[in-house]
Amino acid sequence: MKNFKIEMQGVKKSFGSKDVLRNVNLDVKKGESLVIIGGSGTGKSVTIKTILGLIKPDAGKILVDGQDVTNLGGNDRDEYLKKFGMLFQGGALFDSMTIWENVAFGLTQGQKMSKKEAYPIAIEKLEAVGLKESIAQHYPAELSGGMQKRVSLARAIARNPEIIFFDEPTTGLDPIMADVINDLIRKCVSELGATAVSITHDMASVRKIADSVAMIYEGEIIWHGPIEKLDNSGNEYVDQFINGRAEGPVKF
Amino acid sequence: MFLIDPILNVCERLGRRLLMLFSIVGRLVMFAFHALRDVLVPPYYPKLIGQQFINIGYYSLTVVGLTALFSGMVLALQSYTGFARFNAESAIANVVVLSITRELAPVLAGLMVAGRIGASIAAEIGTMRVTEQIDAMTTLSVNPFQYLIAPRVLAGTLMLPVLVFIADIIGVFGGFIVGVYVLDFNPYTYIQQTWDFVQAMDVISGLVKAAVFGFIVTLMGCYCGYNSGRGAQGVGAATTNAVVSASILILIFNYILTQVFFS
Ligand SMILES: Nc1ncnc2c1ncn2[C@@H]1O[C@H](COP(=O)(O)OP(=O)(O)OP(=O)(O)O)[C@@H](O)[C@H]1O
Ligand SMILES: [Mg+2]
Repeated sequence: MKNFKIEMQGVKKSFGSKDVLRNVNLDVKKGESLVIIGGSGTGKSVTIKTILGLIKPDAGKILVDGQDVTNLGGNDRDEYLKKFGMLFQGGALFDSMTIWENVAFGLTQGQKMSKKEAYPIAIEKLEAVGLKESIAQHYPAELSGGMQKRVSLARAIARNPEIIFFDEPTTGLDPIMADVINDLIRKCVSELGATAVSITHDMASVRKIADSVAMIYEGEIIWHGPIEKLDNSGNEYVDQFINGRAEGPVKF
Repeated sequence: MFLIDPILNVCERLGRRLLMLFSIVGRLVMFAFHALRDVLVPPYYPKLIGQQFINIGYYSLTVVGLTALFSGMVLALQSYTGFARFNAESAIANVVVLSITRELAPVLAGLMVAGRIGASIAAEIGTMRVTEQIDAMTTLSVNPFQYLIAPRVLAGTLMLPVLVFIADIIGVFGGFIVGVYVLDFNPYTYIQQTWDFVQAMDVISGLVKAAVFGFIVTLMGCYCGYNSGRGAQGVGAATTNAVVSASILILIFNYILTQVFFS
C-alpha cells in the first residue's frame, strides 16, 4: 500500500449526459513508468487531468503519496502541483512568451527564481529534447508542430518533477525524434527517479517506455499489468488494440 | 386539463430560467470575490499590472478622447437650439459641464472601453482557456487568477477614472470650441460660467462611476473568457457576451449610482 505514488479509487466523471469515466481504479507505483492505452475519446486525457485537479471528479477518491487530494484548494493545491510536470496533448504553450520563457515559466513565475538562474536550466532542457539555444528567443507560433511539442516537453520536465504526465509525447514527431523522446522519458524515470504516466497510441513507444501498461475502455481500466505480460494478457480487448485489428470486441 | 398544462409548462420554463439566472449571478459574484481577494494577496506581478495599465489606459486614450470631444461639441450645439428661444445662452456652459462630468464621460467611456478592452480580454483569456494554457499555468503552480485576472481588473478599476477625468476636460473643451467659434460666445465668460457651475461632487461622482464601470468591463471580460466554451466558437461567444453583458451592466449601475449620489 505504502509504495503507491498515485491511487485512483472508483473515479467517475460525466460531461452533461456523457459518462466519460465510469469507474476508474488505477495504482501507479513509485518510480515506475506506466503507459495508458485505449481508443480515441475513451477518457485518457480526462483521467490524468482529474489527478492534477484540473477536472473535478463527480465521485471517487484520488490519493497521491497516500494523501487524499480529491478536493485540494488554494495554497495546498499550488504546493501539491509542484510535484507534477505535465505535457499537454495540444502543447498548450503560452503564445505571448518566448520559447525559453515558456520552458522557464514554472521556475521564474511559479517559484520566483531569477531569470539569470532560470535561463541556463531552460537551455539545458531544450537541448535534452533536441532543440538548439538559437530558438530560445523565438515565439511558439514560429516553430513547427513537432518542435512545439518538444518545447512543451522541456517545460514539463524543467522543474525535475516527481511525477510527470506525458499526453501523447511522440505524436507528430518523426521516428528518430520519437525515439529520442522515448529515451528521454526513460531517463527521467531511471536517472531522476520520477514516476511517469504516459498516454500513447504508438506501440513502439509503449514497448520502449513502459514498465506497466493499463488499458482504458468505456471509462474503466479493463486491464493493468507489467509490460512483459502485454502480449499474452489473455484479454481480447488488449490483443485487438495492440495488434491494431479492426475486428474484435472493441466496438466503434 | 388542456388549459392547466400549458400554464404549468410556462411556469416551469420561467422557473428554470430564473434558477439559471440566479446560478449565473451567484457564480459571477463568487468570481468577483475571488478576483478581488487575489488582487490583495501576494504574489504580485508588478510587470503584468504595468502592462495592463498601459494597455487599458494609454491605448484607450484616443477613442475615449474623441468620444468626449464630439459629445461636448454636440451638446453645446443642441442645447443652444433649445435655450436660444428663452435667451438663456448662459445655461449652455452649465449643461455641457454637468452632462459631461456626471453622465456622458463615464458612461460613454465605459461603453467604448467595454468594446475595446472587454472584448480583447475575453478573446485573449478565452483562447488561453481553449488551448489549455490556463490549465498549463495551473500545473506550473501559477494561479491564473493572480497572473491573468487580478492585473486586468485592478488596471481597469484604477485606469478608467483617469481616462474619464481626461474625458471631462476634453468634453468641456469641445463645448467651449463650439460655444466660442460657432455660437460666438465670449471665451472668458464661457470659462467663467463653467467654473462657477461645476461642483466637486459632479466630477467625483463621475469618477466613482468610472471606477465601477472599469471593474465591470474587466471583470466581465475575464469571467466570460475564463468560462469560455470549447473551440473558436466558444471564444467568439465569450467575446460577444463580455461586451453585451458589460454594456448592460454599465447602464444599470449608472442608474443605481445616480440614484445614490443625487437623491
Ligand atoms: N471539458 C470537457 N467538456 C466536455 N466534454 C469533454 C471535456 N473534456 C473531455 N470531454 C469529452 O470526454 C471524452 C474523453 O476525452 P479525452 O480527451 O479524455 O479523450 P482521450 O482518451 O484523451 O482521446 P484521444 O486519444 O483522442 O486524445 C471525449 O468524448 C470528450 O469529448
Ligand atoms: Mg487525449
